[in-house]
Amino acid sequence: MSGGHAHALHIHGHSVVHRLPGHLKVAALVLFVAAVVATPARAVWAFGLDAAVLGLVAGLAGVPARFIARRMLVEVPFLAFAVLLPLVGEGPFFEFGGVRLSEAGLLAAWTILAKGSCGVVASILLAATTEIPDILAGLNRLRVPKAIVAIAGFMVRYLEVISGEVARMRVAMAARGYEPKSFWQVRALATSAGALFIRSYERGERVYMAMVSRGYAGTMPTFGETPTMTTDVVRALTLPGLAIITAAVALVVSG
Amino acid sequence: MHIPDGFINGTTSLGAVVIAAGGVGGALRRSATRLKDRQIPLAGLVAAFVFVLQMLNFPVLPGMSGHLLGGALAAILMGPSVAVVVVSVVIILQAMLFADGGVSALGLNLINMAVVTTLSGWIMFRLVRAPFRPSRRAVLGASFVAATLSVVVSAVLFVVEYAIGGVGGVNLLNVLLLMAGSHLLIGIGEGFITVAVVGAVLQARPDLVFGASDLAAEGGPRLPMKRFWILAGVAGAVLVSLTVFASSNPDGLQWVAEQTGFAQTAQGSLTATSPLSNYGTSGLSDAAGRIVAALVGIVVTFLLGWGTLAILRRRSPA
Repeated sequence: MSGGHAHALHIHGHSVVHRLPGHLKVAALVLFVAAVVATPARAVWAFGLDAAVLGLVAGLAGVPARFIARRMLVEVPFLAFAVLLPLVGEGPFFEFGGVRLSEAGLLAAWTILAKGSCGVVASILLAATTEIPDILAGLNRLRVPKAIVAIAGFMVRYLEVISGEVARMRVAMAARGYEPKSFWQVRALATSAGALFIRSYERGERVYMAMVSRGYAGTMPTFGETPTMTTDVVRALTLPGLAIITAAVALVVSG
Repeated sequence: MHIPDGFINGTTSLGAVVIAAGGVGGALRRSATRLKDRQIPLAGLVAAFVFVLQMLNFPVLPGMSGHLLGGALAAILMGPSVAVVVVSVVIILQAMLFADGGVSALGLNLINMAVVTTLSGWIMFRLVRAPFRPSRRAVLGASFVAATLSVVVSAVLFVVEYAIGGVGGVNLLNVLLLMAGSHLLIGIGEGFITVAVVGAVLQARPDLVFGASDLAAEGGPRLPMKRFWILAGVAGAVLVSLTVFASSNPDGLQWVAEQTGFAQTAQGSLTATSPLSNYGTSGLSDAAGRIVAALVGIVVTFLLGWGTLAILRRRSPA
């Protein structure tokens, strides 16, 4: 319960990527994604380079490609939108295999596919190589408001407890022979959501009482921050640095 | 609804980060007295609840499902400022840990799903409740309307962002019709679930429902009718004019985009070079027709809310 235990998104390891401090990795993620978004979509080669660098980091961290591919499924709804774009887009049009495709729509679809995928893979790599407490500590060091980080900490800790509660409610319902499937049975689902809210809220009250009785006075104890090493900064900046150079070159060449 | 990276251009995303930071920061300041030390574990637990709730998918039509945004629900249960903070935490963690919603689009996602859904839901909740004496029925009816419309507002906001800095290539009217139409259905689902959740909490722990904190004083004072009609009139006029403006005049959105300079970026220039086709030819073009359509939409939503109430009243033993 004290955090630090492995979560489903984490791949245990001791690679260079794993060992970098959390705040540097979060900063690297933000910079990398910003560089990718700034890259002009027409420079197809630039995204190939970005993807190659991401692959290199994944290899270095020992994150298997299959794991990344499975986690990339969150992208599917927007990919569906992207597939639609060339079909419903505006002119000029061109024929491809008997289908009329819109040029602007196709470019838009490519933009979403390339930039969205790079962003998703980068986020997956952060979660796969960083323990959640390290990410939270990193956000703290990056001056994200304390209340936000503290709430996030509690949320992450109790996420599994709450989902476990949902699973138990489902089992209890099924055990009584009720398995809501259609929209008209949404009432049962929502009523259990109401019960879930009350259970979560009351658990929150109990957690607070337990903390106060153990000496909580408003702030969580922090354990001395390790100073940031220059070598770590250089290592963390490698990924976003390459992406920024790529974006800059792409802007000059095809901007 | 989680916008990924690259969907909206960098300049717009950056602007959104500034606006979102302002909104969340304001909510943090306003909720500081309530969030002090005591409420932080509580807010964390409620954030976990909202997160789990967002994983709950419900079928809207065959082959199409929506998931709960939960902004209006959070606002009704915890008050607007705490709700903005809690939902923001959920959105931030979804982007950082679950790759759900792009990191560069975090500002946009925060505005759409944490700030505007929550605040618009709260405003509409107060507005619908205003003319009625405090009662369980008034709270539930207002919850339905607020939750339904907050989803539509969020969807329309997405279209506005798409018009300002989207990847372009598509007729904006199509995007608007697709988003507003599908999200009205999703919104109705959200409305039903919100009503049921608020109803269940009202039954067990009425003290936990922030939006019903005046319920103890049943038959208490209410907003003077004159002030209500003025408020309702202003809100209705804004809704109708926004709908008409957005649906009849995507060029208007384009104009706003160009005026603010957002359109002159790499991706934005795409929409600028592809001439927007002529919308004035379809049967929809009649401005009066559109005003009527907007009005009908609003009235239907309200009627649905009151219809839910009627059903609830028939079912409850009281």
